[in-house]
Amino acid sequence: MAKIKKGIPLIDQHDKNGFWGKFGGNFIPETLKKPVEDLALLFSKLRKDKKFIKERDYYFKNWVGSPTSFIKLHNLTEHLDGAQIWAKVVSEANGGAHKIYNATVHSLIAKKAGKKYIVGDTGAGYAGKMLSMAAKKFGLKCKIFMGAKDIKRQKPNCDAMRKNGAEIVPVYTGSQTLVDAVSECMRYWVSNCDTTHMCVGSTVGPNIFVKICGWSTSQISRELLVQIKEEFGGIPKKLKLINCVGGGSSSFGFWNEFMHYDKKQIEFIGVEAAGPKKSKRHAAPLTYGSKIGILHGSAQYVNQNSEGQIEETESISAGLDYPGVSALHCFLKDTKRARYTAASDEEALNAYQVVTKFENLNPSLEPSHAFAEAIKIAPKLSKDTIIIVNSCGDAHKDRDILKQRLGKF
Amino acid sequence: MTVSQISLAFKNCKKEKKAALITFTVAGDNTKKNSFKILNSIAKHADILELSFLHNCPIADGGQIQNSTYRALRNGTTLKDTFQIARKFKNNNPNKPLILMGYYNLIYQSGENNFIKNCKLSKVDGLIVVDLPWPENKKFAQKCKKKSINFVQLVSPTTSKERMKKIIKDSHDMIYYISMLSTTGGKLKVSPKTILKNYAKIKKIDKSKNLVIGFGITSKNISSFKKADGCVVGSEICKKISKSIKNKQNPVTNVSNMVKNLRKRLS
Repeated sequence: MAKIKKGIPLIDQHDKNGFWGKFGGNFIPETLKKPVEDLALLFSKLRKDKKFIKERDYYFKNWVGSPTSFIKLHNLTEHLDGAQIWAKVVSEANGGAHKIYNATVHSLIAKKAGKKYIVGDTGAGYAGKMLSMAAKKFGLKCKIFMGAKDIKRQKPNCDAMRKNGAEIVPVYTGSQTLVDAVSECMRYWVSNCDTTHMCVGSTVGPNIFVKICGWSTSQISRELLVQIKEEFGGIPKKLKLINCVGGGSSSFGFWNEFMHYDKKQIEFIGVEAAGPKKSKRHAAPLTYGSKIGILHGSAQYVNQNSEGQIEETESISAGLDYPGVSALHCFLKDTKRARYTAASDEEALNAYQVVTKFENLNPSLEPSHAFAEAIKIAPKLSKDTIIIVNSCGDAHKDRDILKQRLGKF
Repeated sequence: MTVSQISLAFKNCKKEKKAALITFTVAGDNTKKNSFKILNSIAKHADILELSFLHNCPIADGGQIQNSTYRALRNGTTLKDTFQIARKFKNNNPNKPLILMGYYNLIYQSGENNFIKNCKLSKVDGLIVVDLPWPENKKFAQKCKKKSINFVQLVSPTTSKERMKKIIKDSHDMIYYISMLSTTGGKLKVSPKTILKNYAKIKKIDKSKNLVIGFGITSKNISSFKKADGCVVGSEICKKISKSIKNKQNPVTNVSNMVKNLRKRLS
């Protein structure tokens, strides 16, 4: 069985071909080999460069707004009458979600690489919005690839991207969602890799993009580790870190610093999107035992038919609506370090209502999936169990869907 | 190892002092029947034929080939159908080399050995796997070679000279040079002169290897590449099929005429 090594960051625990166990790698066209290698080399230098780290930390602190707060949800805890419910309010970060960390780091790298253009994919529109913000901040020209279906359902984020001066390229192929946006973005990069930097919006894609994204979002757990120690005077004996999982960037970043703790002490729970009740087109490849396949340059568990065609997914949450999942999460599943489950559209909507009823918090549909699991398990757990949910996005972008489904926002 | 049909095709072309014409079509486009008919009719003019097996997340294909791919997927073409089309073609044209081209996930799901077995059963001569670059493809390429299937290595303008040498060393009877930074079917954004200059540099590394140029080649510019060992035309053919359907014309006749014309221009 695959094992996690101690003392080495998980993003570095791949073999020379870029595989974490059976997952990851670089299934890319020849044209991208060199740009990917150049990027890997540059990144390996930059992460050891104190000046670069200082620069990153400067922008994280003064522009992103680190640290985001860590709060107890008193009313929800009382209501559920079991484990304590806490939230890491990552949605406080500039732009309203965790995607800002990856966008900032990619823009900084693009500058160091001397690139003037940056392109990225987006599902819920957060990755695109944040990349457009960072591109504007760092003086890069920006193009965002987005499925036509997602453009319709995530209008507020599209407005923000345009306001930041980014061009949104609608993608009409396939299911017209994230999976096709990533493909189209990669195609664009194949054609323009000499002048353009590509930012993959999650911990997916060829090996180096998984690494850069994981390295960037790990800011979340770096902050949380300090906050937990301050709050509890140490690490609690029973801790559960619950996070939604689409591509897996927020959850990986939320867990990274706690990787070497025993899972009996700190349990990782990843919540995927089960889609509409009774739907078979879920976006939960880890929960429902999808087979390993190749998608967007990486071996991973992915929804596909028997011959290898990628299957369409269905979820109320555009950010989780992806048939595959990060190689890192596949590895965490196989090593049994994390446990994965899924919440349906209805459960997520219900969780949204419960949380907003009791707390002054407005989680988007993605973290509402994580809250659904917290609400489900908390009543059965002891009062000294600490559940922390990563509230990684703000529901502002979901206002149209929420209005339509719940009649109010 | 006996001389492969791919090798023979290049030899024959050299004898006739012409570049090999390599066509690319998509299995099941626009119907399963027509895609066989197209192959069968263009075999008269083309020296080597590429047939793509479908994948619905093609990260290196431009619009025209994507259109063909989605059209074929919509009419229910499967990998099994692709092998059947290939087999039927090879039974009709036993000496015409046929190369299957596609993405690795379909091979991965079949299992490498099983996929090769099916290639053998259909008498497929070679394979191009778009997203399995060197050195990741070393093992699979060796497996192919053992079964006398040509694994076609790709090189591109971004490939360093050092890497190029290693790839060429591991290559079989045909190497595919990607003319420019582009997905398939992009507009030729580099002059044929520049492409040929790069081509000559690669050719110099090992003159005995057959090196073909692809991406962006159409009826309009193909005559500029007469000095190459071979030229691949794909997107223009896919576009012709789309247009034929739109104009309610017979795609088989139209594509056949187009390939005939391509052959003329390349000779």
